[in-house]
Amino acid sequence: MHTTAVVIGAGHAGLAMSRRLTQRSIDHAVLERGEVAHSWRTQRWPSLRLLTPNWQTRLPGYHYAGDDPDGYMPVAEVVATLTRYARLVGAPVRTAATVHAVRAAPQGFQIHAGDDVLYARAVVLAAGACTLPAIPAFAGALPPTITALTPLTYRDPSQLPDGGTLVVGASATGVQLAEQIHRSGRPVTLAVGEHVRLPRTYRGRDIFWWLQATGLLAERYDQIDDLTRARHLPSPQLTGTPEATTTDLNALIAQGVRIVGRLGRITDGRAQFSGSLPNTCALADLKMNRFLNRADEWATASGLDDELPSPHRFAPTYVDPRTPLELDLTRGEITTVLWATGFRPDHSWLDIPVWDRTGRIRHDGGVVTGAPGLYVLGLPVLRTRASTYIHGAGPDSEVLAGHLHSFLSRRR
Amino acid sequence: MTITDRPVDNGVNVQALLGAREALSAAPEAAQFTWRASCTWRNGTHSHSTVAGFTGLGAEQQHRSTYEFDVDHPECFASEDNGATPVEFVLVGLVGCLTAGVASVAQHRGIQLRSVTATIEGEMNVLGILGADPGVRNGFEAITVRFVIDADASRDDLQALIAQSQKRSAVFDIVTNPTKVLVELA
Repeated sequence: MHTTAVVIGAGHAGLAMSRRLTQRSIDHAVLERGEVAHSWRTQRWPSLRLLTPNWQTRLPGYHYAGDDPDGYMPVAEVVATLTRYARLVGAPVRTAATVHAVRAAPQGFQIHAGDDVLYARAVVLAAGACTLPAIPAFAGALPPTITALTPLTYRDPSQLPDGGTLVVGASATGVQLAEQIHRSGRPVTLAVGEHVRLPRTYRGRDIFWWLQATGLLAERYDQIDDLTRARHLPSPQLTGTPEATTTDLNALIAQGVRIVGRLGRITDGRAQFSGSLPNTCALADLKMNRFLNRADEWATASGLDDELPSPHRFAPTYVDPRTPLELDLTRGEITTVLWATGFRPDHSWLDIPVWDRTGRIRHDGGVVTGAPGLYVLGLPVLRTRASTYIHGAGPDSEVLAGHLHSFLSRRR
Repeated sequence: MTITDRPVDNGVNVQALLGAREALSAAPEAAQFTWRASCTWRNGTHSHSTVAGFTGLGAEQQHRSTYEFDVDHPECFASEDNGATPVEFVLVGLVGCLTAGVASVAQHRGIQLRSVTATIEGEMNVLGILGADPGVRNGFEAITVRFVIDADASRDDLQALIAQSQKRSAVFDIVTNPTKVLVELA
């Protein structure tokens, strides 16, 4: 079968792109390994909520119109929203069409999906940024008595054995699961490497309101000093609870979670943690305060100081001077290790040499380098800092659909 | 960030460092370095080490001259004290690395330094190395570094300076994280 364009993945990014292509009358197919919003249905724990507030959850031709604009959308509602959106924009989704291979062909690309072979002049990769867990190589050294889980297989604490859990990684995922598991009566130790500390609300507004208002989310990829670093930052330590609570390390410590340094190695059944925890926390505190300074300066410049509560600062992260550097995983105190060490996309089916030396796709703001007609969408800081979040797919898909459109015109 | 009329000069060529980062990202094999030292036993706990060459940028490199170090233990350990102890060399390495980082980061951030001094202390219970108490480790229990920095910058900026120098320091990484060490007989 021949079509002009193929979009791989029917999540928020793929559906936004489908809408943009339809608006430009570019005929296309959206290939989806499962159903619409597949990873939200099958690879996210059921109590997860979006980090972004509902008012920010927008896609081309859709904005939130419910009765809780300041709330955080539960994962089931994300699934329902994307499913409705796919119908709303008439996305030509082929479900259960797992892509096995994408190859270069004389007139563009050859795509093997399910039992079909498709030919397209342009391909948009929108298969998700969080498809595979990124687990350190030394995970293989875990003692066999330990239950190991990733966020993709975690559902709720009841699937864990009794006893202590070591949560490795202090991103949004790490802090959320640390809190949830600790509350279930399983004492949690949280191994903390480089992290991003942010309060849920500041001066009466959601932190994402500030991130948007100050222009931070709009910062373009080609204007960011250290783009590699920006694209690999852990997600901010935020939770979308109905009460809009802050889940920074101090909040977790107050609940009894034990904080240790970055997990550096597992040797002879012992987990060894970095002694750099005080500096790791100091860096995160400094970075948070730099952003709050920027927010306050922006508020003053915008004449909002009378309208908003006064500026204030949060307590520095507490680091216990007796923090252990080692934990014996064979003693029975820890029964579970949860690898909240990040995710990576799965592009293993892409049979076109577009990789950098670390195995990631080389691209310029979503235009894949050295493969005309190939695009990638829905990756962190793809075109702006907002690209990491659902609402970033709107502007990103507009630019890339425009590029794709002129690419097709040039070749006619 | 401080704005001054004169260009900031801490004697660090930031442009060269940024250029090296870009060039080595494009040619990762040249970024692979091997650092070396040679050691000869003299007598008792006294040894003599030299540092001359290293491998990097895809070739064999030489220091401007051969650097020599006497390593020994103090007289209270019944030694002759012909040089600093090995653990003091570790302290020298760490504080030297952090100080180099402070100067480089300050240059990059436009902070003119007038003076930087640092003291470093490592706490150690020697019952560990004497084998007298199996519950005591051989190495430092804790290391404390205290910087005194005179510069045109706020206290927050200086905090950020020393935080970033730790983040980018090789020796800080070596002492805070596990490292695979292989010692074999030739």
